Amino acid sequence: MATSWAAPAAAIVSAEDAWVRGTVEGQTGSGAYMRLTSSEDAQLVGASSPVAERVEIHEMRTVNDMMTMRRVDRLALPAHVTVALDHDYHVMFIGLKHQLLPQQVVPITLQIVDARGRRHAVQIQAPVRALNSMGAVHGSPSGAGKATPHG
Amino acid sequence: MAEPAPGQRSSLTWKLALLIAAIALLTSLFLGGRAARWSGSPVPAVFHGRDITAEHWGGAFTLADPEGKARSLADFRGKVVLLSFGYTHCPDVCPTTLAKFAEARRLMGAAGDQVQGIFVTIDPERDTAGLLRAYVPAFDPTFIGLRGTEAQTDAVTRAFHANYQIVQYRGNTLVDHTASTYIIDPLGQPRVVTPYEQTARSLADDVLALLRNG
Repeated sequence: MATSWAAPAAAIVSAEDAWVRGTVEGQTGSGAYMRLTSSEDAQLVGASSPVAERVEIHEMRTVNDMMTMRRVDRLALPAHVTVALDHDYHVMFIGLKHQLLPQQVVPITLQIVDARGRRHAVQIQAPVRALNSMGAVHGSPSGAGKATPHG
Repeated sequence: MAEPAPGQRSSLTWKLALLIAAIALLTSLFLGGRAARWSGSPVPAVFHGRDITAEHWGGAFTLADPEGKARSLADFRGKVVLLSFGYTHCPDVCPTTLAKFAEARRLMGAAGDQVQGIFVTIDPERDTAGLLRAYVPAFDPTFIGLRGTEAQTDAVTRAFHANYQIVQYRGNTLVDHTASTYIIDPLGQPRVVTPYEQTARSLADDVLALLRNG
């Protein structure tokens, strides 16, 4: 609900290097990647965007090179720790309403709950990168990926 | 001068013999190593990935390309094939793997022309021919997407010891799948399997090793 997720004057969570993977015509899913830092203990509990029917937080695991991906209800954002949503976690777009092309910018609203249970809506603008972007992932070649900073 | 005692002479002879033997051994090691490098004599290729040559994976699969034409590994003889399984709804792993294939091909320069990237969908119901036709060449125009019936998909994944499972979870259709890359030599034999974390550089190295050493 837009009213219950009203953005306060100063967002408690800042997002860096947010981007969305572009799609080809007919693709109905994609992912968004970013690094989040909260000024106080908080949790990411959901997200939304006008470009997709649903936006979820997904956790990816690889066991014996078998990749699994599942929706999670919350992701902890400890105070002053930069949490990377770039590989193990990402923002998943489901039911894309149109093709995502480089140069477009996708608005995303992150739903945050702080330690006192207060809800915050954090607005971010994520540019679309080409479908074939390597992305900021671990072990990515050509130095394109950044190491995940942990506080 | 008195003759050295027989025991002393024998000791000196042994030391001399040991010295000569050591020099001979070092010289042969040095020259031998150099000679092998100079002659370019075939040595067993060493890969970053796991060598599966002796395991005889793969076999004769048949899948359809986006134009509906039946394709098998025999169609790609003469090229080193980089093959992965995936699905186009996969947000991260599958596009990153295909991007690495494209990057590996670029890193190889002219030898990249001898590489064929193949993406086999394990979600043929949603990955239509039209979607694969748009998706796979977006990474490299020479790459090809293949799809099969459920039985064909099962057969090809089994042949590569890969797993996949279509999971309905909280309203989403998710596909768990093996994220490895399979490197197939120009004769159509799977030779190397690499984990997802493999870099484009090490993929390129393994392809070049296959092209060089067979």
